[in-house]
Parts: sequence; structure tokens; C-alpha cells
Amino acid sequence: MPSEHKITINGNPLTFESGETILEVARRHSIDIPTLCFLKGATPTGACRMCVVEVAGADRLLPACATQAVDDMVVQTESPQVVEARRVILQLLMASGNHNCAIRGGDSASWTEFQLQVQQADGAEELCPVWGDCRLQDLAYRYQVTGQDMPHTEARYPMETVNPFIVRDFSRCINCGRCVQACNEIQVNNAIDFGYRSADSKIVTPGDRPLRDSDCVFCGECVQACPVGALVEKDARYVARPWEEKKVRTTCTYCGVGCQLYLHVMDDKVVRVTGVPDTPPNYGRLCVKGRFGYSFINSEERLTKPLVRKNGELQEAGWDEALDLVAQKLGSIKDAHGPDSIGVLSSARVSNEENYVIQKFARAVLKTNSVDHCARL
Amino acid sequence: MTNTIGCIEKADVILITGSNTTENHPVISSYVKRAVTFKGARLIVVDPRRIKIADFANLWLRPNLGTDVAWLNGMMHVIIEEELYAKEYVEKRTVGFDELRRTVEKYTPDYVEAITGIPGERLVEAARMYAGAKAASILYCMGITQHTTGTDNVKSLANLAMLCGNLGIEGGGVNPLRGQNNVQGACDMGGLPDVYTGYQKVVDPEARKKMEEAWGVENLPDQPGLKVTEMLPRAHEGELKALYIVGENPLVSDPDLNHAEASLKNLDLLVVQDIFLTETARIADVVLPSACFAEKDGTFSNTERRVQRIRKALDPPGEAREDWQIICDLSGRMGYSMSYADASEIMDEIARLTPSYAGISYDRIDKVGLHWPCPTPEHPGTPILHVDMFASGKGVFYGIDWIAPAESTDEEYPLYLTTGRVLYQYHTGTMTMKSEGLVDRAPECFVEISPQDAKAYGLQDGDMVRIASRRGSIEARISVSEKAVNGTVFIPFHYAKAAANRLTNAALDPIAKIPEFKVCAVRLAKVA
Repeated sequence: MPSEHKITINGNPLTFESGETILEVARRHSIDIPTLCFLKGATPTGACRMCVVEVAGADRLLPACATQAVDDMVVQTESPQVVEARRVILQLLMASGNHNCAIRGGDSASWTEFQLQVQQADGAEELCPVWGDCRLQDLAYRYQVTGQDMPHTEARYPMETVNPFIVRDFSRCINCGRCVQACNEIQVNNAIDFGYRSADSKIVTPGDRPLRDSDCVFCGECVQACPVGALVEKDARYVARPWEEKKVRTTCTYCGVGCQLYLHVMDDKVVRVTGVPDTPPNYGRLCVKGRFGYSFINSEERLTKPLVRKNGELQEAGWDEALDLVAQKLGSIKDAHGPDSIGVLSSARVSNEENYVIQKFARAVLKTNSVDHCARL
Repeated sequence: MTNTIGCIEKADVILITGSNTTENHPVISSYVKRAVTFKGARLIVVDPRRIKIADFANLWLRPNLGTDVAWLNGMMHVIIEEELYAKEYVEKRTVGFDELRRTVEKYTPDYVEAITGIPGERLVEAARMYAGAKAASILYCMGITQHTTGTDNVKSLANLAMLCGNLGIEGGGVNPLRGQNNVQGACDMGGLPDVYTGYQKVVDPEARKKMEEAWGVENLPDQPGLKVTEMLPRAHEGELKALYIVGENPLVSDPDLNHAEASLKNLDLLVVQDIFLTETARIADVVLPSACFAEKDGTFSNTERRVQRIRKALDPPGEAREDWQIICDLSGRMGYSMSYADASEIMDEIARLTPSYAGISYDRIDKVGLHWPCPTPEHPGTPILHVDMFASGKGVFYGIDWIAPAESTDEEYPLYLTTGRVLYQYHTGTMTMKSEGLVDRAPECFVEISPQDAKAYGLQDGDMVRIASRRGSIEARISVSEKAVNGTVFIPFHYAKAAANRLTNAALDPIAKIPEFKVCAVRLAKVA
């Protein structure tokens, strides 16, 4: 039965289910309300106030992520008052720390000075490492905000680079708390939380130790949740740029959970891995192996040519030589000792299609049922 | 899994046993932790180590190694004695209850405590908690299966679940967590000695005839072949002459490696098809380079029976080729032509020959995978098994007695060893050890030992020890850890240089032929 509850958003009469927030109703009806701190699957905090909307009869703007829809509510998501509120928040964020994309304007002298200063702090020659993949940048562009009208606040904490996987760049942190929720509510690893107070606020592990000396298990959920450049995969930082990447959706090759992930490919190399959001079985979650264990793909140690043992040594050979040799030897062993003298191990590592072909080969060609794999090992 | 991964968050009680979930299935562990932290589920962990997931548990029971049937029978004893079982479910949907009742009668909490070391009152508490749930999910892994009584252990879990009406309902189930990406698929596809695809038996003349017609061959072998754990002994005896291995590394993963190595070296022909020159490939006669998952199209079937796509993102390096292409090429050279335009065409052939995959095609699983059984192109897939009835009609209870592990400690080998994986490495390390970051986090083998045992042996964290079993010995560093319990050490099996499987026992479960990786007796001494 269709829902009886009715709400009006931007003049459109819409239905909602009881318990839904304004944000959920809007998104379900393809009305875009911008968010920064909102993380699907976690408790809405309303902390960033980017999603504020105007509700008729309310004496102030309300965060859409944390306000439940009510019958006959009338909502405006882009009224002048809403837009102005968002612009102020965005200006404050853009003026804090090292948000050095080109969106951040200024006259040419101050722009250059700022960029040079950030690049020096960053040890880089390029603009922000998440340029083109940053919600703050997207929203600053959308609302035409630069940050130059606000006084600049300097970054308070140095960058943390001492673990192999994640760079924590506090100069680009906007304290939205998505990483905290990703860690504590999505993956439930409970490794990080808000620390210190007000202007000194920082995302910390207990005792403010580096991640590698904490309970962090490097699942990277926080990196995936970070809307800005505060948490970036170490190996992809200043390497992976969204306009140069090809994203290919596939299934993880490690354990049997079958996490859905994107391989981000540049120049025939995997440069980073992200989870596919909103899709079972993992709904965007990955573990350290799935997210960071991809180096083997492009390893120099990969086998690139068939090898055949000659005079006791494995030596490179052509496919024809190698396969003819295998065919001839399997044939002669089968003839001399019967099919049961041959065993085939298919693999829990290769595809269904390949396992099918392997067992078909064992049974139809070698005529043996001695085909197994390492399920037991 | 009888149920889905998402289903875990629907359970009132979750029982985890023999699964170090946070390290081996981290994403599944997040479902468990969310259920416990935010949805009010209660968690029972039964494991010989004080693993991380035990921090989230309402109850952690610590059984002696290899005593699973005993504590499971003990829980069922309590549940039957206190009449907490699902009487209507048992009556309508199962057979064999009387046999079960007779068998578990003697497994009183005191009797079970004597075998397992689990205090009787804790066992009673766990039994009441499990039986009191509307829906209780059992998650298990190799800690249950890698025993000489692996089959008995799994059947006992099924007994417990059926007894409380937990099979065929949302949030319930008996759920094995598969350790390898496509171990489910390899089984589904007939990568087993007794079945074709979809578990159609090779001894069934109808199934054989169907495959003979489809494949255009005659006289398919009508008897089950050898299991992997039987192949190596046959090679050792000289009866198995040739072994063709695709994507496996038995020289690290098999039990009693010294014996395994001698067996492989005794072959007339060893062919290894892999992406790296593994320990096993190094002793092969021919090594064939293959494409990895990122370099091919196809499907994997995950632990919840969901068939999902893999897609080609890169070209394989050098002359490496996809595994199916290599096999088809070889087959042609042996006089049998196998030719497919692409992987999708192979899936279509699989669907034609496999009732449980009949409704699966690449078009249907483009965005979201389907759970088999999926018998027709219109069928939505089957997320939960055994909903209205069991595949074989009624659920069968088996009365199973506890049998001790194959090896026990003695004066010469006074400690128990159990093996497993760590978070940052995977199986034989072929892939993970290529990642500097993962190696940085878990660089080398270690022997995890309790603080008390370390003190008794005069050992400190980082000390090098020689650890020996009746089959071999290795050297590794001591890691003093609260995870370990007195009398039992743990070693991860990933590391070829200090391979735990030089120590493990190749004694097999009589039915599944799975080795007893989880229990053997060892001694250790500090290396000067």
C-alpha cells in the first residue's frame, strides 16, 4: 500500500514513510541536498550544517539529515536564506588550512603566495592531491565560494605519514567526523574519535598516537569516507587523478566474502582500490588486503613466459613448445599407466568458467575424476 | 552459507566458532560487530584463542583443541533437558531426534567440562542464550573443519541449528565463511572428484550421460577420483605419475610439507599454471604463466552462494594468458577441441548443464550478483536455503560421539599447536607478500604464546625459538600475547621460510579428507 504521508519539497508534493528524514525523502525523489558530514548507514549528526533547509514555520534552518519528515511539512532546499547559510560555512572551511585548489581565489599575488606556502608544507609541486575528487571543492564551485573573504586559519597539526597505507593530512581536515563514523559505526573498529576541544579539535586515536601504534587495522574505510584531502591512500597521493583513471568494477580476489570493488587503473597499472557503495555484499566496505593489497598485480615478479625444465633448470620457452610438451607427456603417461595416474588441481583462485573448463578437460580428455582443489587446505 | 551476509544483522544471537573473523573475514566481522553494538544482538564466541572478536562477545568459551563435538553435544544436552528446543520444528521438519537425544544424554555439563575445559555453568549459559533467540546465526570457519572430526563438527553445528529451528529463517543458518575468493565456485563447478557442476554425481548414470552428450565424448569415468589429500600419498607411492596444478601452492599450504615435497618430486610430470613462480612452481617440469583476476572476465561465487562478475581491467603481463585459454589450447593439442569466444559463452554452457546455475547469465548479474539455486532466467535467486523444506526433504539429526584428535601432547611434545592466518597476509603469501605495506605490518612468522607459558619457558617477546613436531621443525620468533591460552601456541601458516605446515599433522577426516591443521603436538626451545 502506498504511503499516506505527504510532504512538499520545493513545491513538489511527495510521499514519505514514517521515520524518514527530509534528506532521505529528497534523495529518494532525486532532489539533491548537498551534504558533507552525512554518512549513509551511520547516525546523522548534523554537524557540518551543509544540508540545512528552510522549513515553513520553523524559526531557524534545520539540517535535512537529522530532521524527520512530518506530515504537511513544506521544505525549501535552495532558498536564498539556505544558499547564504551554505556559502558562509563553505567560506569558513575554504579559508581554513591548506585547501589549495584553484577554486580558492584571491588576487594573483595572494593566490600565488598561498599556493607556494601550501606546496612547500606538502612537499609537492601540484595542487591539492584530491583535486577533482573532493566534495568541498565541488560545493565551493557549486556555490561560487572562494574562501578569500575570510581570514585564513593556519593548520595546527603536522601531517602523519609513518604508516604504509594512509596519509593523515590535518591541514585539509574539516572535522566533519565522517571518518570517525566510518571507523566506529560502519566497520566498528573503534580506532579513532574526536580529540581536544573547539579550535584545537583533531581526529585522534586513544593517546593521539600514530595509526600504526593504535587499534587501526587499515581497512581504509575512513579514507573512502573522507570528503576532502585529509585522508588519502599513501601510494595514490599525487599519483591517482580522477580524470586520468579508468574505474573497473570487479570482485575482490582475496577471501570468500566477494566484496565488490573498483580497480582504479592508470597507464595499465592499478593505482588504488575503492569499495562499490550501496551494493551487496559489502556496501562499500573493504579490508586492508582488498584495498591495499593490489601491488602483486603489477609486480615485476609476475610470470610472463612459459618455463620448461631443461638440464635441471627452468628455462623460458614458447607456448607451442611448452604446451606440446605437456600434451605429449600427459598423453604418454595416460597410455602407459592409465587415466588414474594423472591428477588435476583446479583452483579456488580462478573463475567459475575456468574451473568448469579445467574439470571438463580432466574428465572429457584425460578421462579421470581425480580433479580437486584446495578447499580443504 | 545457508543464509546471506546481510542476514547476520538480523540475528538475535550470533554464535561464532572456529573463525578468527576480524582477521580472516574482516568485512563479515563488521556485520557481526554492528549487530552486537547497534542492534542488540548477543554474541557467543567459542574459540581456543582469545581472538579480537571475543572482545565483542557476551560469552567467550574456551574449549580444548579438537573438542567441538563435545561442547556442541553439551549445549544440545542442556537445551533438550530444559526443553528449550523448537518442538514443532523438530517434529514437522526433521527426523532422527530420538537418536540425537540418546547420544547427547551423557554430555552433561560436568562431563563436557572434563573433556573441553569449558566450565559447566558457562556451557549452560551459552545453551540458554542460543536456544532463547528468535533467530540465531552460526558462523564457522576452518577451526571447525580442519580436524580429523571436521565432518562430525559440521554435522553437530547443523544438529544444534535444527534443534532450535534456526535453519530456513532470516537471521539464522549454519554459515561457513569461505576463506578463498572462489572456493565456493570451484566446488560448484565440479572441481571435486565425485561431482560435475552443481554437485551432479559422477556415479549417477543420468548425469554422466548428460555430460557425455553435451561434451561429445564417450565413457566418462564412472567412479569418484582422488581428493587432493589422497593424490600426494599416491604420488609418494609412485601410483600417481602426473599432476597438473592450476593456481595452488601445496608446498606451503599442505600438511606435513616434508612428505608433500618428497611426493611432488616423485612425479614424472608436474605442471604448474600460476601468476608467480611459487614454491611449488619452482620444482615443476613445466610452468605456464596465467592472468590474474584483474586481467580477465568471468565470475566468482562468494561464501553466500552469490555469483558475481569479475571484469578485465588490464592486459596480462608479457605472454601470460587466461587460465581457460591455456586449458583449451592444451586440450586441442590432445585431440579434443574446446573453443569459446569469451568467458560469457562458457557461463552459458555452465547454465545449460547445471540446474542450480540455469538462470544465471552475465546480463542478469551485471550490477548485483544472484544467489544460487537460480533455476530459471526469471528466478530471483535463493538468498536463504531450506525455507519451507530441506533440499532432501526432512532435516536429519545425526547422533555423533566425540572422538579425540589424532595427536595429543606427551612428555616429548608437551604443547599443542594450532595454525591459521593473520590479517595482513593471505594463505601462502604469494600475493600479499608482494605488498610492501602488508609485509611491513606482518613481516615474518611468529609463535604466539601466553604470558604464563612464556615465563615458564624463560622466553621474552622476540626471542628466537625452534619449534618441533614429530614431522619437522622450524625456527620463528616468540610473540607473547594475551590471545594465546596456556598450553597452546599458534603459528600463522603463510610463511614459506618458517612454514608451520612442516609441523602439522596430515591425519585426515575419514569423509572430507581434510587434514587436522588445527591440532598437533609440539615442543619448543630457545635458539641460542
